[in-house]
Amino acid sequence: MSTTVFIPRDSSAVSMGADDVADALGRAAQQLGFEVRIVRNGSRGLYWLEPMIEVETPTGRVAYGPVGPEDAASFFEPRFLLSGEHRLRLGSTEDLPYLKNQERLTFVRVGVTDPVSLDHYIAHGGYCGLDRALAKSGAQIVDEVMTSGLRGRGGAGFPAGIKWKTTLGIEAKQKYVVCNADEGDSGTFSDRMIMEGDPLLLIEGMTIAALAVGATKGYIYLRSEYPDALLTLTQALAAARRGGYLGDNLGGSGKSFDIEVCVGAGAYICGEETAMLESLEGKRGMVRFKPPLPAIAGLFGQPTIINNVITLASVPIILDRGGAFYKDYGMGRSRGTIPIQLAGNVKRPGLIEKAFGVTLRDIIYEYGGGTASGRPVRAVQVGGPLGAYFPESMLDVAVDYEAIAAKGGILGHGGIVVFDDTVNLAQQARYAMEFCAIESCGKCTPCRIGSTRGVEVIDRILATRGVEKSESVELLRDLCDTMTAGSLCALGGLTPLPVTSALRFFPRDFGLDGGAKT
Amino acid sequence: MDTTQSWDPDAVQSIALSLRDRPGALMLILRRVQDTLGWVPSDSVPMIAKVLNLSRAEVHGVVTFYHDFRHQPSGKNIVKVCRAESCQAMGAVALAEHIKERLHCDFGQTSTDGAFTLEAVYCLGNCACSPAVVVNGKLLGRVTASRFDEALVKSVADR
Repeated sequence: MSTTVFIPRDSSAVSMGADDVADALGRAAQQLGFEVRIVRNGSRGLYWLEPMIEVETPTGRVAYGPVGPEDAASFFEPRFLLSGEHRLRLGSTEDLPYLKNQERLTFVRVGVTDPVSLDHYIAHGGYCGLDRALAKSGAQIVDEVMTSGLRGRGGAGFPAGIKWKTTLGIEAKQKYVVCNADEGDSGTFSDRMIMEGDPLLLIEGMTIAALAVGATKGYIYLRSEYPDALLTLTQALAAARRGGYLGDNLGGSGKSFDIEVCVGAGAYICGEETAMLESLEGKRGMVRFKPPLPAIAGLFGQPTIINNVITLASVPIILDRGGAFYKDYGMGRSRGTIPIQLAGNVKRPGLIEKAFGVTLRDIIYEYGGGTASGRPVRAVQVGGPLGAYFPESMLDVAVDYEAIAAKGGILGHGGIVVFDDTVNLAQQARYAMEFCAIESCGKCTPCRIGSTRGVEVIDRILATRGVEKSESVELLRDLCDTMTAGSLCALGGLTPLPVTSALRFFPRDFGLDGGAKT
Repeated sequence: MDTTQSWDPDAVQSIALSLRDRPGALMLILRRVQDTLGWVPSDSVPMIAKVLNLSRAEVHGVVTFYHDFRHQPSGKNIVKVCRAESCQAMGAVALAEHIKERLHCDFGQTSTDGAFTLEAVYCLGNCACSPAVVVNGKLLGRVTASRFDEALVKSVADR
């Protein structure tokens, strides 16, 4: 009898040796005369355990990890085969507390199925959302998304339904759906996990968006740092086309839609939606003025829906289970779930999909287990390189767009990076300015030049004392104000966040006295 | 710029011709040239401009905007080190110093013997396995100085 073993093809798992484990296990099985079927799944997101393999048993899947290629033979020893006993045994995957205590709506299939198998996808509830969407009018689909309260998961948190409604209401020969897969924020990897672990979900979400507004062409703008995601997406797109889920006459409806993947070229700014459109048009990724909104005049001047991967991947379940079902999760104006990406100096980093409302403290300590180094947590950056640095004392804030904004931060794309007490926040502030200088598109002067001046001013703060120092601090605050007010997009507009939060909560790192001043 | 490096103008010409009618053709062409030649020679700019009926300045502007497009050929081996926050929190700064010493070059440079090119990247999406490094296209996680040295020796030997 053949046994099925799941070994992730997720690039993070592969970076820890998952390919070698799959090779070694396959070889060992062959040498010892066992029939083993290896399925390359996505990652469950328990990254401290990768490569984590799962063995299918009559009572469900059992996880082992982290497994190295040298462990392969041990999985064919009589003691293991009889009892399942193994020093790397973690137990039933579904019962692992890290997973069990999540509310996985968007990530329900990631790590469970073969990402590029249409059969797996459908067998696990895939394309139910599209089936329902096909029976609805565009306006009804948009209503469902409005009801769900779904907000853009890319960072801005703008209600997806409103964008869609705008595009729906415009007459045009050609409309587009563009998926923003330029996941450039440090500490974020949920888009990558979907594209590598359940790419058909994204394809289904884009297809529903296209039906809603009457678009016939979709683009996925994928960052070049994700070659494995390109491969899974390409394979999944081919599978969807073969199954009649892309192309002409979708599911027999007479409607057509297809998707092309465009690979970026290493510019962080192209994650900004209008810069991304410029790049898709073959130009420098320069930010555009708004208006016109892309929903009205976007790609090649046509009405265009632009949403992040997670936003689009949240759409199928909303159509399948209804907007009200999705809206039941969450708090305040943040409805549904958010895939939180826990990274940096943390014992148990990974993907934690939770309803909005969980606190940063719970995420970092209950799930993350504190720092990897064992030292105290000193600072946490929430929301990527443009997010604020919070001190440990502020971790009771809930993961919610408004709650985090009230503390002077942003939730962004849901990335949380933990630092222990060896971090120097003045250096982190300097890095934020440096990053902005490297990645600025150059359109707005405060961003293009202010970022370079920002690095210099921080250096001067660190090198001087007394009056000269306090004048430099004033200058830095003034510069941050100018950048915030004088930049078109979030890069120049939000780079001051990590800088001013570092200054406010960690003044001693700048050689300044006193505690937090507001 | 090193103009002694030879490249095949016919290859660029045929790439440009094959993609000229696609929407957003310039990015597609540059991407393909970069992936095929490993760099985008400055002398290819007028060729591409002519095929697309754009000015040289427009093409040059796009080539120089994006970090991925190299203006000269790389060394035999390419090492990319993530310098972003999550990796910083896990010791990427010290790791980068080790790698610079090991490869005898700084970020954005190629070692004098042409063996290595070292590039900075800002997030590889491997943040849960920080710090992350790419050696000749292979992504590595939780990299330490010794794990890097080991992977480098293996990767160089495999080429």
